[in-house]
This record gives sequence, structure tokens and C-alpha cells, in this order.
Amino acid sequence: MKDNDLLVKVSDAGLYKNGKWLVKGVNLNITKGKIVTLIGPNGSGKTTTAKIALGLYKNIEGTVERLTNKISYVPQKVSIDWTLPVRVIDFMVLTQDLQDQEINDALNLTGVEHLKNNNLRELSGGEFQRVLLARAIAKKPDLLVLDEPVQGVDFTGEVELYALIKKISETLQCGILLISHDLHVVMSATDYVVCLNGHVCCSGTPVAVAQNKEYKELFGEKSSQLLSLYEHEHDHVHDSDGNIVKEVK
Amino acid sequence: MTIFDDFLFRALIAGIGIALVTGPLGCFVVWRRLSFFGDTLAHSALLGVILSISFDINISLSIFAVSSLVALILLRLQNTTNLAGDALLGLLSHSSLAIGLLVLGFLTFIRFDIMGVLFGDILSVNINDLIIIWAGGAIILFVLWLIWKPLFASTVNYELAEAEGMNPKRVNAIFTILLAALIAISIKMVGLLLITGMLIIPCAMARNLSNNPKQMVVLSIIGGLLSVFVGLYASFEINTSSGPTIVTVAIILFILSLSRIRKKY
Repeated sequence: MKDNDLLVKVSDAGLYKNGKWLVKGVNLNITKGKIVTLIGPNGSGKTTTAKIALGLYKNIEGTVERLTNKISYVPQKVSIDWTLPVRVIDFMVLTQDLQDQEINDALNLTGVEHLKNNNLRELSGGEFQRVLLARAIAKKPDLLVLDEPVQGVDFTGEVELYALIKKISETLQCGILLISHDLHVVMSATDYVVCLNGHVCCSGTPVAVAQNKEYKELFGEKSSQLLSLYEHEHDHVHDSDGNIVKEVK
Repeated sequence: MTIFDDFLFRALIAGIGIALVTGPLGCFVVWRRLSFFGDTLAHSALLGVILSISFDINISLSIFAVSSLVALILLRLQNTTNLAGDALLGLLSHSSLAIGLLVLGFLTFIRFDIMGVLFGDILSVNINDLIIIWAGGAIILFVLWLIWKPLFASTVNYELAEAEGMNPKRVNAIFTILLAALIAISIKMVGLLLITGMLIIPCAMARNLSNNPKQMVVLSIIGGLLSVFVGLYASFEINTSSGPTIVTVAIILFILSLSRIRKKY
């Protein structure tokens, strides 16, 4: 890992709120072209950690360094009130200025170009997630933070969108911080996994994490078998830094 | 003698100026669920009016200062107490109203038209008021235009806007000050009890007819202008207070717009 590839460095970060630690002692680095995935049960601090990395909390323990301003965020939940009439094209330019071509390309990539003039409230859950993702990638960010980006998307769409996320990280060389529950899909496309349960319970490459004892306790024996199953389909392995090392078969 | 000597003409010019500003600001008030907040600022304006009379300072300036102060206290209280937003607003709204009335009780030597402050008084709009409305309104609209994008983004999703570098906290504070400024320039015309109505009713009408934010702003302005034209004419013809008449026309427009409501959203 080169130093100038570093996008975000979270060091020993934690958040104490309303008398308890939401998350504590988180260390993670996000670098260009790599996908870091946060996994963990509900309430384990995944979203909190993502927001710490984005700098949305003021009173945190530890430090966060962000070395880029080109950040796109897909929050876990976006609700649009009825009083606010927003079409997909209005939403695309919410925080950025885009050419028509850029809007069309991004919507096309996530497969929702035909919904361009629809009101956001007319969209189904899955369609809305695709629009959220399209908006996030439209301006080619350096850092993409995705909080459960495929919730509500149908199964084929889910696989497609994860493939797209993987492709985006490779072609744009942007760093991605991903939160997901879909262990099997995520693990096969991830470079580095951080398993949270109020603290970092383990982290490393998907294979290393899957074999970790605490991970097995948290997610059960089956899930680690699931991962090793996926590992067989890989044509490469990762070293301890998460870098790809080609394996000659 | 110029046409500015005609009080009805002055009232019309004042009303147009106010409708141009209440349209866009009102949309944000509706989108951000701030109508009770608008009420709170308007109630605090009474204290501003009374202070202006007691210390002989400009009435708009005084209202603007008091409303801004109340707005800033609110922003501060939101961070330091656990009271719900509506309780905080009620607290501020009625404490400023009570203090205003209390001070008024002490000032037995002055007599002023409290009905005019509550409901607006077109007869009292003079050329200075016109200058304040149009100059103040132009500044409000210019600042709103400057912060439009971050303000809109943080209205749609606060954290998304902040994560992508938009500083929603600052634009929210600026927007609050703009609202205080609008109340300051429009009290004389609409009255403090009804300014929130002027802010939100044309926008509620516009929402029924529009499917994107810019369209809603334009229709709100048109709705506000229509309310002012028809309302002023009616108040002149049937000899009623300008504020209530204008707001009643806005309500009628809203009821008419219900027939076009897009239920499918």
C-alpha cells in the first residue's frame, strides 16, 4: 500500500453517546481502488462507524483523517416528505453540478434511466436504491460510502449492483466503504473486512476473517463455511494488507 | 403628486414585494416543517414592535433584531436541552409574547394600534416602508439564491449534504435569519398573526399543482401575487383589514387547487 493511495485513516475512533459506547476502538484505512466492508449484527455500530469516517460526528474519540473532498454518500435511509416534490433528475444534482450526459450515463449504469423524470415518491424501494447509487457515482468520487446500498433490490439486481460496485472501484480507482448484511455476496467482492460488534471483533481479508474464532461465534459456523465455499471460486488470494496476489493454478 | 401618494398603489407595490419573497422562503418553511417556527418568530415580533416604539428605533430593524435573537436562542436551546422541538418553540413563542405584552403594560404613555400590528394595516404603508420591503426583499432573495443548493440538499437529507461537504449547519442558521428578516419587513402589511399563513398557504397550494421544486416555488410566487391583488382589491372594496383578506384569498386558492391534487404520490 502506497501512502498517497490513502483516502481515509480512522485511528482508534469511538463514539460515546447517551451513557454508552455506540462503537469503540475502530481502526481502518480506506485506500484507492479498494473495497472495505463493515459487517456485524444489528446495533453493532456499522452505520456509526461509517458516519465517523465521513466526519458527521463532532465529539468522537480518536482521530479521523480525510485526504479527499470528493466524497459521495449513500445513507441507510433517505425519506422524502410528500411536501417536497423531487424528481430523479432534481435528486441527481442535489449536491453536484452535472451535464445531461453524466446524469444519463450514471442512471444507465444502475439501470434506471427510464425513471429520470419520475418523482422520487413513485419509485419502489429497489428503484430508489438504484437512483441513490447512480447519484453517488455520477461525479466520479474518490471515496464512496455505501450504507446497505442494495436493500430492497431483487436478487438478480443485487448481484448486478455488487458487480457494478466492484467495477466502479476498479475503473474509477475510488475507495469504497461498504456496509452490508449479504455476507456471501459481499465477501467475494471485498478486499478487506471489518467485523464489528460494538468494537472491532476482527478484521482482515475475507478469508482471514471467515476463519476467525470470534467471527464464527458471531455469525455461526455455517457462515464461515459459506465463505470458504466462495473462496474456491477465486483466481487469486490476498496478502495480509489486502493486496491481490495472483495464484497460479 | 405622484402615484406613490395613492395608498392603495403603495399597498399594492408593498404586497408584490412581499409575495415575491414569501413564495420561495415559504416553500422551504413547508419542506422543512418550520411553520410553527415561523409563528414563533412572528410572535416575538410583537416585542420588537414595542421596543421600537419605546426606544424610538426603526420598527423593521427592531423586529429583525428580536426575531433573529429568538431564532439564535432556539438554535442554541436545541443543542443544550432535551425538550422536543415543538415544546421549545411554544416556550419561546409565548415567553416573547408575554414579555412583549408585559412591557406594553408599563408603557401607558404611548398609544399605538395593536390591531395594526396583529393584522396588518395597508393605510400605514409609506414610501419608507416600500424602500425597506423592496431593498430588504432583494437582499433576502439574493442570499437565498446564494445558499439555494446547500439549503435544498440539507432539506432533502441533512447527513448526505454534510457528508458531501455542504455545511448544512451554517445554511440552516442563515435561512433562519432570512426568515426573521422577512417577518421584519412584512409585519406592517400582513400582521404578525397572519404572516405564517402568507408564508405557507400559497406554497401548500403550489404543492398540489407541481411535481418539482422549482415549479413549486414559481407557483407559490404566483399564488402569493394573486392573493395580494385580489385581497387588496377586496379589502378596499368591502373595507376590511388587508392581512386577513389577503390570507383568505390564499385559502380560497388553496381550496381550488385541491381539485388538481396528485393523489398518486
